[in-house]
Amino acid sequence: MTTAAGTASAGAADELTRTLVGFARVLRAAGVPASPDRVHQTVTAVGHLDVCRRDDVYWAGRLTLCAGPDDLDRYDRAFTAYFGGLTAPPLRTVPPVQVLRPVAVPGTERPAGEGPDAEELPAATASEVEVLRHRDLAGLSPSEREVVRRLIALLDPVGETRVSRRHRPAYRGTVDPGRTVRTMLRRGGEPVRLERRARRVRPRRLVLLVDVSGSMQPYADPYLRFAHAAARRRPGTEVFTIGTRLTRITREMRSRDPSTALLAVSAAVPDWSGGTRLGELLKAFLDRWGQRGVARGAVVVVASDGWERGDATQLGDQMTRLARLAHRVVWVNPHRGTPGYAPMTAGMQAALPSVDDFVDGHTYDALQRLAALLAAGRGGGRRA
Amino acid sequence: MLEQQDYLADTGLATAAFLALRMQRPLFCEGDAGVGKTALATALAGMLGTPLIRLQCYEGLDAAQALYDWDFPRQLLHLRAAEAAGTVDADRLEQEIYDRRFLVARPLLQALEAGSGGRRAVLLVDEVDRADDEFEAFLLEVLSDWTISVPELGTIRAEVPPVVVVTSNRTREVHDALKRRCLYHWLPHPDVEREVAIIRRRLPEASEALATSVARIAALARGEDLLKPPGVAESLDWTEALLALGARSLGPAELDRAAASLGAFVKYREDQDRVAERLAEWAAAG
Repeated sequence: MTTAAGTASAGAADELTRTLVGFARVLRAAGVPASPDRVHQTVTAVGHLDVCRRDDVYWAGRLTLCAGPDDLDRYDRAFTAYFGGLTAPPLRTVPPVQVLRPVAVPGTERPAGEGPDAEELPAATASEVEVLRHRDLAGLSPSEREVVRRLIALLDPVGETRVSRRHRPAYRGTVDPGRTVRTMLRRGGEPVRLERRARRVRPRRLVLLVDVSGSMQPYADPYLRFAHAAARRRPGTEVFTIGTRLTRITREMRSRDPSTALLAVSAAVPDWSGGTRLGELLKAFLDRWGQRGVARGAVVVVASDGWERGDATQLGDQMTRLARLAHRVVWVNPHRGTPGYAPMTAGMQAALPSVDDFVDGHTYDALQRLAALLAAGRGGGRRA
Repeated sequence: MLEQQDYLADTGLATAAFLALRMQRPLFCEGDAGVGKTALATALAGMLGTPLIRLQCYEGLDAAQALYDWDFPRQLLHLRAAEAAGTVDADRLEQEIYDRRFLVARPLLQALEAGSGGRRAVLLVDEVDRADDEFEAFLLEVLSDWTISVPELGTIRAEVPPVVVVTSNRTREVHDALKRRCLYHWLPHPDVEREVAIIRRRLPEASEALATSVARIAALARGEDLLKPPGVAESLDWTEALLALGARSLGPAELDRAAASLGAFVKYREDQDRVAERLAEWAAAG
């Protein structure tokens, strides 16, 4: 590694900067957030290394432009494409935004008379809202769905709290030595009064795993909106989709407007309406995120119908693992509200022993109860 | 350079360390547990011949534990002494109380003050993801300007900025503002050859055959999707355990010893069962 910056003429330096800025543009298109200040760092880094050596340029760029393991793969591809003189890598085609239409899907057993209504509601009045609350989310007309979406955005699914390691000043509690002495110093060394402190209270992390497979299609949209409401209310909430793949959509959920957020989500999730391999994806979640800390002490909500394409034993094992890590596991099943439903699918059977709260989620009312349940804290759990 | 410190780095890591030193940027290391993130900082400190200042992060870590703290008892004593001597000038007294000598330096301040005369201290901020978001804010000022502002005293500036290694296990996403100031490096598991070299370097009494067997089995175990795949640290521990049990290589004769010492290698019961099951097959392949 020799320093090349000294020997490079001004013209060559310009050329280098232009090349790297062009590379950064390719990177951004590939999904790596290569911001200008990072590019500036790359230029500096290359200056310390040998510009003519491919390896040096590769590492200088990778060290300064990437921000996480997800970026590394994209970086490698963009690097080969740009510096290998090939054409730009095919960008992942953004799937057309799917408006999740309420079509009758096999597996959503609804009584015949309750299909999508033909008449359009121009605006929702109070009594209509009251009726809508108890209507199945899968059977709403477009205008009704719009009303329900707005209602979901108003939900406040903030969860339980836990005692944190940090203190706050308080009127009663244990004596705070630091503040007491500081007050003493201000008063010329006289212990005028004892300052006290108490433990601060923090919200527990909320983790939502939303099934977006084919059998969940009519419910994925409202559930993702519910997740958005939670993520907006409390930063730190983690949201994942499960289908044929596990996708972390926490970043996409940051947008303030639910529809914008869902647009971003639909671009990020590659597997709308595929099959589900719940056990395998739950394992992927636990390996990559859960065990490292995301699920530790958290309230984990799984929104799925438990329709497992793969091996149900694996789902059972992974649920046990999740239950050991999490503070509380809530399973939302849209079919649970259907009269006569029993958790008969092999997946649901395997998962239930590790679930604290098994709730229905087929109507707006059910979602509201779910929000209340999350806020109420542990109680009424099935798990011993 | 790092090799002299018994730390065998690949091209990527060597470049990362080189740039971190040259550009005076913190090095943000991520990777699975046990791939040598913390060891890197130790090796850097050894290479530069400076002490390693370590800040282990945990939830609730605050400025008083990471940056600095006032030595209250000494301040009080000073006040009492001044009173006894009959000093009445309140302003002067206050200035005296908030003097550098009453300031207790915690790791971050220590690191800024330790570097002098061309010697750069090495600061290891370990497992930054364990600290809460509030802590990252303290860290930002220190890592970008190499200064710490003490309201009562003014700004303390580093004469020579320290070499900083920040490690994270990704239990949560560290804020982008912090990452932007750093060089990012993802540490992978080493390949078999490098792992053999690492084991041989760290444990010279281990034979080539034993080191190769352990490294091969480690590579196979990592492909086996265990709950916690073994890192280099575990390979080293296991080799040491095998040596302690008197194994010179991993042939059929040593299998029972290998199985008995698996606790040094994989740390979950489920994983142990799986590895024990395949051990004979893997050892034969190695």
